[in-house]
Amino acid sequence: MKLQEYTESRHNFEECMKCTVCTAYCPVLQVNPRYPGPKQAGPDGERLRLKDPYFFNYALKYCLNCKRCEVACPSDVKVADLIQSARIRYDKSKPKLRDRILASTDFMGSLARPFAPIVNGVTGLGITKNVLDATLKIDHQRTFPKYSGRSFEAWLRRREKEQAAFPEQVSYFHGCYVNYNYPQLGKDLVKVLNALGVGVRLLEKEKCCGIAMITNGMSEQATRHATHNVAAIEAAVHEGRKVLTTSSSCTLTLREEYPNLLGVDNTAIRDSLLMATRFIYEKLERGASLRFRPDFHKKVAYHVPCHMERLGWGVFSEKLLRLIPGVEFTLLDSACCGIAGTYGFKKENYAASQAIGAPLFEQIRAVDPEVVACDCETCKWQIEMSTGYTVANPISILAEALAD
Amino acid sequence: MNSNEFDVIIIGGGITGAGTQRDCAMRGLKTLLIERSDIATGATGRNHGLLHSGARYAVNDPESAEECIKENQILRRIASHCVEETDGLFITLPEDDLGYQQTFVEACRKAGIRADIIDPDLARRLEPSVNPDLIGAVRVPDGSVDPFRLCAANMLDAKLHGGQVRLHTEVTGFIREGNTIRGVHTRHLVSGEEADYYAPVTVNACGIWGHAIAQMAGVNVGMYPAKGALLVFAHRVNNMVVNRCRKPSNADILVPGDTVCIIGTTSTRIPFEECDHVAVTPDEVTLLITEGAKMAPALSSTRILRAYAGVRPLVSADDDPTGRNISRGIVCLDHETRDGLAGFITITGGKLMTYRLMAEIASDAVCRKLHIDKSCETASIPLPGSEEHSYEAVAQKIWETPSMAQKAAAARLGTSASHIQTSSRTDESLVCECEEVSVGEVNAAIERLDASTLTDLRRRTRIGMGTCQGGFCACRAAGLLAKASGCIEKEREGLVHFMQERWKGNFPIGWGDTLREAEYTQWVYKHVLGL
Repeated sequence: MKLQEYTESRHNFEECMKCTVCTAYCPVLQVNPRYPGPKQAGPDGERLRLKDPYFFNYALKYCLNCKRCEVACPSDVKVADLIQSARIRYDKSKPKLRDRILASTDFMGSLARPFAPIVNGVTGLGITKNVLDATLKIDHQRTFPKYSGRSFEAWLRRREKEQAAFPEQVSYFHGCYVNYNYPQLGKDLVKVLNALGVGVRLLEKEKCCGIAMITNGMSEQATRHATHNVAAIEAAVHEGRKVLTTSSSCTLTLREEYPNLLGVDNTAIRDSLLMATRFIYEKLERGASLRFRPDFHKKVAYHVPCHMERLGWGVFSEKLLRLIPGVEFTLLDSACCGIAGTYGFKKENYAASQAIGAPLFEQIRAVDPEVVACDCETCKWQIEMSTGYTVANPISILAEALAD
Repeated sequence: MNSNEFDVIIIGGGITGAGTQRDCAMRGLKTLLIERSDIATGATGRNHGLLHSGARYAVNDPESAEECIKENQILRRIASHCVEETDGLFITLPEDDLGYQQTFVEACRKAGIRADIIDPDLARRLEPSVNPDLIGAVRVPDGSVDPFRLCAANMLDAKLHGGQVRLHTEVTGFIREGNTIRGVHTRHLVSGEEADYYAPVTVNACGIWGHAIAQMAGVNVGMYPAKGALLVFAHRVNNMVVNRCRKPSNADILVPGDTVCIIGTTSTRIPFEECDHVAVTPDEVTLLITEGAKMAPALSSTRILRAYAGVRPLVSADDDPTGRNISRGIVCLDHETRDGLAGFITITGGKLMTYRLMAEIASDAVCRKLHIDKSCETASIPLPGSEEHSYEAVAQKIWETPSMAQKAAAARLGTSASHIQTSSRTDESLVCECEEVSVGEVNAAIERLDASTLTDLRRRTRIGMGTCQGGFCACRAAGLLAKASGCIEKEREGLVHFMQERWKGNFPIGWGDTLREAEYTQWVYKHVLGL
């Protein structure tokens, strides 16, 4: 008789051998002694929480959800998932108004977009920052992302016909950032894909991936978004299209957090959802070609976002950048920039956030690149604000290097 | 009275001995307890930790059932920090006879045990781990009880009432005067120091080892060693006790206790020589997993932490080869009336659940011999640690905003957690990461609860009981012991011994994650620590 051929536990917490490597790799623990660390907060704490939710530790809110513990774990324990799902299950405190505002990226975007110049002006003012700091506890030292006057969706919709003419078609999950803050990234992607003979479509209707809702205690809303997005993406997949993304955090959420944290099944779409850099790199590998500007020259330092590391796809962006003639490439050390989405905006986390990012900022200054490449918008805000260097998505750098 | 003279000497540091010492001490007697090893090393610490409602015995042994439910209600009051009020289910599976349920419920009610037949759907909601195929369920007031804490709290209270305790001390012989036992010869097993103690009454409360102690005194107590094997799973699968609603059999109780859950037991008669070295066999492991998975299917894929076995101190009554039909009733023998040997009492049979009643019966017998007219108060006065009813309230009261380790300590020690030092960062740092045991808590156990070895500490704090099985905590705790004892070499040897003992419990279930972790621990101890 074969007994116990395998053992299973929620997020693999019993696979933990207590080797503690996750704790060594946790960026928060190094700057915040009040955080119990991934091993304590994850697999160790889970056993106590199963005994009684009383043993839920509110210090779990200090977790960045950067997933570096999961990358480090040799036993495939989903450490960060354990922590986040414990927060979802046991944290009974209601999200504060601030957290709701920070988490509702698409709602705020749709409100702010029509008044972009005014909103941008106002949020840039010192007095606004001081008011937000005092009332909502959003740290006054933080620079806010600018809103764009016209949404990416509106821009692409006007080019539907032209895009439909391409022999190959993909759908694009652009995310809130591209839609409301920085449509240029979406335009850059369209430029690159068009050059490869690929037309770009919108999804039927996409909603915010919900990552900020998950980390801000709004899992019910996040689940609604997840269910909607999976259905929208599935419709595109059903018609034979891949669905591309340019944000590593949206991608991780759609691929991993939906099933693991929200219990939303995404098996039908998981393999068809790709970061654009991976899609493009694989296309070039298979023989497609791009024409580059002969005079292009740029010193690029690539920062792999934590969620890109978790996906294991940093290598595609890196290889793609290295392919561009004229790129002088430096791969920055694996490190967390510290912002982790909405985390770093909160007053109580600001100091920790900047301390976590300090080694990365220092290295960027030492390398002194013309541009820092990075697949994540919140890393971009953090690095630009903290170093003064310009940060661009690898897709934008690629678009810039293309011959017209 | 000289320092080596007492009113009563109690041999055996299990729950019966500790309970008897507390009872006698509360009645004003000068007491001494002698234990050759540590508290709760025998059957006391080697069972499910089930706070029986008595339902399990209701059909076959109504007398035990009645005792159980009475003691169940008493322990909830006096030992709240050792008890978890989980309630229990008696489930009927498709292969069981649903007709038994009626017999069972009637017997329970007759014994005074509340037994509610509930809808299988409700049972699935109350306890999601239960086999979804169940066709019947009865809810009873079962619970779980931590035998180590219970034993330690009894002994602590005896000490607070002037009692003395000698652990790691062996009784090497009796001091006799004609047909009267006047005291005992003892030897400390670590230091080798010999000492004689005198008392007009000696109580034999040694569980299955009481057979040998009685022989040493020249009387015969016919005992029946029945081994029971159990498995500890690495986390809680269930939050209610789950039983099978059928005639008591093997592996039909699953008890949630602290951070783990425990399935058991088996029942096998073994020779007396094996009582000191019971081991769990592969057949027993197979049986426990297979039968356990019928009650909670998740058990077939849940990591197992340890296997262990205990020996029930049953008193022979008939020729039943399984031991299942022997009454678990309490046996108190006054050897003066029974065998003509004065000054000697044996208290045995019974079970963890009825320890307090056993202690009361034994203490009554002691008092009769000493012509002391004091009544028993153990049913109404809470044990030290149980003055508050919930650990939430305890933690809140002591620390206001308790840390995880403080919450965990309050759950383990109740109000006694206030004796844990938290003045420095060292006090608050963790010794055991799996179970959240702080340096302060370990030091408090060394100072207040007579812990002198790592195994002693394990029973009092849960260090070494988590998934790493001592890998991380044992060396840290050994350091604290060395600081307290001033002897590094002794603790170093103790550490080796402790880790080997932990491996003994891993060995019968040495596969999968438990094996990986044991190997990892071995690398650390062998190659990093050089042991």
